[in-house]
Amino acid sequence: MKQFDYTITDALGIHARPAGLLAKEAKQFQSVCTITKGDVTKKLTQLMMLMSMGIKCGDVVTIKAEGADEDAAIAALEAFFKANL
Amino acid sequence: MITIQGKGVSKGIAKGKLYFYRRPDTEIVKQTVSDLDAEKARLAEAQAASIAQLEALAEKCRAEASEDTVVLFETHAMFVEDEDFVECITSVMEDENCNAEYAVREAGEQFAAMLAAMDDPYMQARAADIRDVAGRILNNLMGIVPGGIDSEEPVILAADDLAPSETLQLDKSKILAFATQGGSGNSHTAILARTMGIPALCGAGATLEEAHSGRLCYIDGETGVLYIEPDALTLAAMNEKYEQQQEMKKLLETMIGQEDITLDGRKMMLYCNIGSPEDVAAVHLNDGQGIGLFRSEFLYLSASDYPTEDEQFEAYRTVAQAMKGKRVVIRTLDIGADKQVDYFEMQKEENPAMGLRAIRICLNRPEVFRTQLRALYRASAYGKVAIMFPMITSVWEVRECKRACQKVMAELKAEGIPFNAETEIGIMIETPSAVLIADALAKEVDFFSVGTNDLTQYTLACDRQANDLGKFFDPHHPAVLRALKMATDAAHAAGIWIGICGELGADLEMLPTFLAIGIDELSVSPAAVLPLRAAIRQSIAKTCTLEKLGC
Repeated sequence: MKQFDYTITDALGIHARPAGLLAKEAKQFQSVCTITKGDVTKKLTQLMMLMSMGIKCGDVVTIKAEGADEDAAIAALEAFFKANL
Repeated sequence: MITIQGKGVSKGIAKGKLYFYRRPDTEIVKQTVSDLDAEKARLAEAQAASIAQLEALAEKCRAEASEDTVVLFETHAMFVEDEDFVECITSVMEDENCNAEYAVREAGEQFAAMLAAMDDPYMQARAADIRDVAGRILNNLMGIVPGGIDSEEPVILAADDLAPSETLQLDKSKILAFATQGGSGNSHTAILARTMGIPALCGAGATLEEAHSGRLCYIDGETGVLYIEPDALTLAAMNEKYEQQQEMKKLLETMIGQEDITLDGRKMMLYCNIGSPEDVAAVHLNDGQGIGLFRSEFLYLSASDYPTEDEQFEAYRTVAQAMKGKRVVIRTLDIGADKQVDYFEMQKEENPAMGLRAIRICLNRPEVFRTQLRALYRASAYGKVAIMFPMITSVWEVRECKRACQKVMAELKAEGIPFNAETEIGIMIETPSAVLIADALAKEVDFFSVGTNDLTQYTLACDRQANDLGKFFDPHHPAVLRALKMATDAAHAAGIWIGICGELGADLEMLPTFLAIGIDELSVSPAAVLPLRAAIRQSIAKTCTLEKLGC
């Protein structure tokens, strides 16, 4: 399992547009990718649940990837967060 | 050949296939199903169709290079197959042994409610996206065609009658003409047809039936006749009339760019009535000199919840900018009576024409009014916006409206948002009461605009929506015309202008009377501008008489 922590810097937080793009990104990998804020954990492919977490600017989230292609997945996700969120 | 005689309510000839409007059956009933697997297969099919539609929409937007909209549709497509959403739908179906329609709506509402309950206004607004997606799946499940017209080519649209909210959702590019079983010249279908400049007839009765769908028709909006599969003789006659119509259209085009002035030098302001920003194209095409009536209802009728300040601002600003400094009179919301909107949750009234409508709703619900006024004043920074209040009967109402305007201007000023403090304020003259106290009202405002349909209805005690009041509903009645004269005299005594924005304004036969009365402005459907201009330019105002007033 691979993971990283990230502090959201986008003013709107994880709103619909990046949530959609994020879910799309996560779907490319076999690994199970999750996001955790506080004690809530959701799969990144659960678009509506992801939006309902209400992740805002300044929130610290933990991203995990577990599976055959976890190295590639975590690298791609880290790049995605840095570029979009 | 079948000949159907109705009442012509919008002139012109059109030919095309008849298409009978099917009212989408949007009522979702919970049903117990015996074959759950078959129901799941229906759901899967509707999902696949929804995704295909959304991908096509995304593709279209990609071609038009609007990247944000592409992502929106792609996100919607992901909602359609979202694991949790689909699981929720499936579990409702399994737990309650029910049909897919019911389950999709339940799941949609659950997820929308979840987002609506968040403390972030942005996320709350996303509840609308979920409902939109659920609605799309439902449409596909129930075979409902958005836009109402399931035809590749444009059609002559037939219906029993069309509600304003229904006409708004129609795909206008697919309509050549309207034919309705019921309705009257004042119905909204008739008004829409005149704005679009396409033929329409109403009151066709039960002979106009769904069985005629798909057959070739000719419609003559002047005589009010619909010919289904016309014989050779009729065909030749209709084709000739069609040619004449094209010829006339060409001749009238020479009026574009000409001034609206009588032979003896009296100027008239010749403006247009519109119902949505997309109508501005017709105004430009017909060389309207301004907008005399922009009905703001479309924003409310086409929505499922109160339109936000920003949504309204965008619509008003678009029109103000497109008119490039020419006057744009925007009427504040005029719902109630025949225009009902569910989310206003109005109580059912015995006599809605005399009930809680138009300005009465606004004065009772200051928050709704404030939102619209803020949007209007914000738009005033982008063109020559004028604000008009409908259904005025008392001076105190006008004063209260003006106080609301002052308050909104003070707010905008404090927030540093630009607006035009000199924005003109006017009122509709459409009740006998407003006519009788026109002198007092004229001191409060910058202009009057007469709504002749309502003024006729209230002066003659005749329901404008009723089909069978025909000869009693007479806008040429001397009482209506004398009311017009009284209001005009009061306006001019106070030094303000007065116009007509009702359908009567386009009545060429009445033009000499309007000139004699001293009307300053006529606001008509875009298609009526050029014929009216031609008539004005042939008139001599000095020799016009008041004989139609019977005095």
